[in-house]
Amino acid sequence: MPHDHHDDDFHHHGMSPSGHPYRADDDHPLTYWQTMEIAMRELLTEKAILTPAEIAAQIDAMDSREPANGAAVVARAWMDPEFKSRLLANASDASREMGFDIGPMHLIALENTADTHNVIVCTLCSCYPRNLLGLPPDWYKSRSYRSRVVKEPRKVLAEFGLSLPKGTTLRIHDSTADMRYIVLPARPKGTDGWSAEDLATLVTRDSMIGVGVPKSPS
Amino acid sequence: MADTNVETVRIKSMMPPGHIRTPAYLRGKCGVIERNLGEFANPERAAYGLKKDMQTLVRVRFLMKDIWGDAAENPEDTLDAEIYAHWLEKVS
Repeated sequence: MPHDHHDDDFHHHGMSPSGHPYRADDDHPLTYWQTMEIAMRELLTEKAILTPAEIAAQIDAMDSREPANGAAVVARAWMDPEFKSRLLANASDASREMGFDIGPMHLIALENTADTHNVIVCTLCSCYPRNLLGLPPDWYKSRSYRSRVVKEPRKVLAEFGLSLPKGTTLRIHDSTADMRYIVLPARPKGTDGWSAEDLATLVTRDSMIGVGVPKSPS
Repeated sequence: MADTNVETVRIKSMMPPGHIRTPAYLRGKCGVIERNLGEFANPERAAYGLKKDMQTLVRVRFLMKDIWGDAAENPEDTLDAEIYAHWLEKVS
């Protein structure tokens, strides 16, 4: 059998040869919610409401969504002023128009301009435009980000490497209910004549959350 | 220039139990309606499988100084949140 470890420490305690702690095995009883998830899933399959293959396919669809989808939407908005108008009027329909299956998500696009910068957060849980950008980063779900970015957002942005001029109006958007948000960052200078594909490579996940700006053309 | 279309509202400062989507840090605070989002099922009932209660949902925009007072990091920065109509009271 091929083996992906290079050590022969059967017990795997302490540090690995590369100097990292071993992750403990999950040898503990199921939590209440783990039991609930298994019970619900087994009931759905036993009653022939869903098949295991359908559940696996949905997990696969969720995992296949990635920030590149959002980057394509942003790049198109940079190139096509009429598309940008439609995106700002109804970001769900504009995303569907590009062929992205975003389900029933109600999406609002927030435009960064020369004097306004937008940032998204969900203080109550972890609402995120998953149907377009995929799963949120771990820090987005942390209590630290959720509690601090509504109170001292400029300090938080500085920790991400983004220092806003005092004259810039900062708008924080708390996804408290049925809407999800994506930031439409400002197009970087020096990109005249670029293709949509090339522009999309500059659009980072963080720039669509608002804790960063797009990459500069190098 | 005063905008006569701007509607100022206060978030009710009640503290009911349950699945509440109005953050505690905004209760009792005043802001203006940024846009109307239409009708959505009130999550305070939907979360418990109760009969649907459709409520108007709006985005309310607050100035940071109106949320945090003197502790605001930059007083004129803003915070927008979605609030259901039954949480709003008019400010005359």
